[in-house]
Amino acid sequence: MFGFFETGLQHFYWGNGLMLLIGVALIYLGISKKMEPLLLIPIGFGILLVNLPLGGLMDYELQITSQAEMPSRVVSIEVDEGAKISEGDIILQLDSGEVLAPIGGRITEIKTSPGQEVTPDEVLAVMITTAQTELPVQPVGLLSRIFQYGIMWQVIPPLIFLCLGALTDFGPMIANPRTLLLGAAAQFGVYFAFFAALLSGFNIAEAASIGIIGGAEGPTTIYVTSILAPHIIGATAVACYTYMALVPIIQPPIIRLLTTKKERAIYMKPQLREVSTREKILFPIIASIIVILVVPLSAPLIGMFMVGNLFAMSGVTERLSKTASTAFIDILTIFLTLCIGATMTADNFLLPRTLLVLVLGVVAFATATAAGVLMAKLMNLFSKQKINPMIGAAGVSAVPMSARVVQKMGQEANPRNFLLMHAMGPNVAGAIGAAIAGGVFLGMVG
Amino acid sequence: MAQENVEVPITGKIVGVNVKVGDTVKEGDTLCLLESMKMENPILAPVDGTITQVGVSVEQVVKPGDLVAIIEY
Repeated sequence: MFGFFETGLQHFYWGNGLMLLIGVALIYLGISKKMEPLLLIPIGFGILLVNLPLGGLMDYELQITSQAEMPSRVVSIEVDEGAKISEGDIILQLDSGEVLAPIGGRITEIKTSPGQEVTPDEVLAVMITTAQTELPVQPVGLLSRIFQYGIMWQVIPPLIFLCLGALTDFGPMIANPRTLLLGAAAQFGVYFAFFAALLSGFNIAEAASIGIIGGAEGPTTIYVTSILAPHIIGATAVACYTYMALVPIIQPPIIRLLTTKKERAIYMKPQLREVSTREKILFPIIASIIVILVVPLSAPLIGMFMVGNLFAMSGVTERLSKTASTAFIDILTIFLTLCIGATMTADNFLLPRTLLVLVLGVVAFATATAAGVLMAKLMNLFSKQKINPMIGAAGVSAVPMSARVVQKMGQEANPRNFLLMHAMGPNVAGAIGAAIAGGVFLGMVG
Repeated sequence: MAQENVEVPITGKIVGVNVKVGDTVKEGDTLCLLESMKMENPILAPVDGTITQVGVSVEQVVKPGDLVAIIEY
C-alpha cells in the first residue's frame, strides 16, 4: 500500500508472537522473581528485539551465486525482491537447472534478469537471513556483528573466564584437594548427556555441545558450541543458564534420593585450614602448565581463568583484578547475553531439536549431580575422615548456586553444619573440570 | 543446666541479629545472618533452649570462633 515502505507486521507470524512471550517471561522472572536478573533481562530483551521482523539487529547477508559449472542463461525469476523464502525454494531457473535458496530468509536484491547470460561465480541475488548457519554469511546487524566477531571468533567467552578467575577463590579447593575428585566426577554428566544426545539422533559435534551443558558453565558451553555446532548455540546457552538458575529446584530431589538423612547430617568442621598467599599464587601458574600440557585445547578457557585468578591473588595487580571483577565482566555480560537472546529468532528456536536440547540439558545437570554425590559416597568408603556426600553435588560447578544448595540442605539436616566452604571446593573444581571437558571435546570432535 | 556456645563458622559480616537475651529458641531457628562470599547465610540454633548471651551485632565483622550466642538448655 505504501510502496517500498514495509512494516514488520507483514512478516510477523505466530512463532514471533510465541518468542515475544518467552522473552517477556524471562524479563518478568528477572525483575519480579529476581531470578538471575543480570542474565535473564538482557537475554529476554534480545529475544524480543529479534522477533520484531525487519529490525535487522541479527541479520546476515548471503550472496547467492550460480551453482552451474558452465555459463548459463536465466530462464525465469521465481521470487520478488523483499519476498520471504524457505530453504529449498526456487529462486530462479537457469537453462542449466534451478537455483535454490540455501537457507530461509528474505530476498533483498535480484541482480539478474530473464534472458541474461551468467557465469558460474556470478552473484545472482542477495538474501538476508537470521539463521545461524555455516554458510559464508556476512553479519550486517548490530547484534549479528557482535555475535560474529565476539562469540563466533571465540573472544568474549574466554575473556569472561578471565573475569571469573578474578572472582574465584581456589582456597577451599587447595585446602582440601580431595574435592578435585568431586569436581571431576560431576563431569560424568557431560559424557552421559553426550551419549544420550548421540542416541537421540544428534551428530557428534552437536552431541558434544549438548553434553557440555552438564558442566554448568555458561561461557564454556557457549565457547564449545560456537566452535562445534553454532546453529544450536541459542538452545544450549539458554538451557545452561536456565538450569543454573534452577539448580535450587533440580538438585535437592536428586541429593535426597541418593543420600540418607544420616549421611546428610554428617558434620564437617566449618573452617578449612588456612591457605597461604604463596599457595594461592602458585596454584594458577602450576595448574595452567599442567592442564594445558595435558589438554591443549582447553588453553583459551583455562589460561584466561588462571591469569584472572593470578591478578586477584598476586596482591600487586589489584587494579586489574578490580576491573576484571566489576566493570569488565559487566561489559562482556551485556554483549554475551544480548547476543544469546538474539540468536533466538522464531525460525531458529521453535524447532523440535530445541526441545530435545532442553530435555538433554536437564539430564546432563541431573546426572552430573548424581555422579558427584555418588563419588563422595565412594570416597567415604575408603577414607577415615568422612565427608558429607552432599558436597559432591557442588561439583557440577554452577558457582555458587550449587554450593548454596548444599549449605542450605546441610543446615536442614543438622543445624550445626555449615558446609559452605566445603562445597566451594568441588564447586570451583567443577568450573575447571567443565573447561577441561570442553577442551577434550574440541580435541576429539573439532 | 547445660549450655551450648554457638560460634561463627566462617569470616564474614553480620547483617542481621534475630535473637536477644532471654528469648527461647527451637532447634533450627535463625540466630543471626552472616554475609560471606556474597551470600547471606543464617546461623541456626543447634538445640532448643534460652538465649543467655548474644555476642554479635549488626554490621560487625566476625571471624571463625567468635561467639554468636550462648544457649542454655
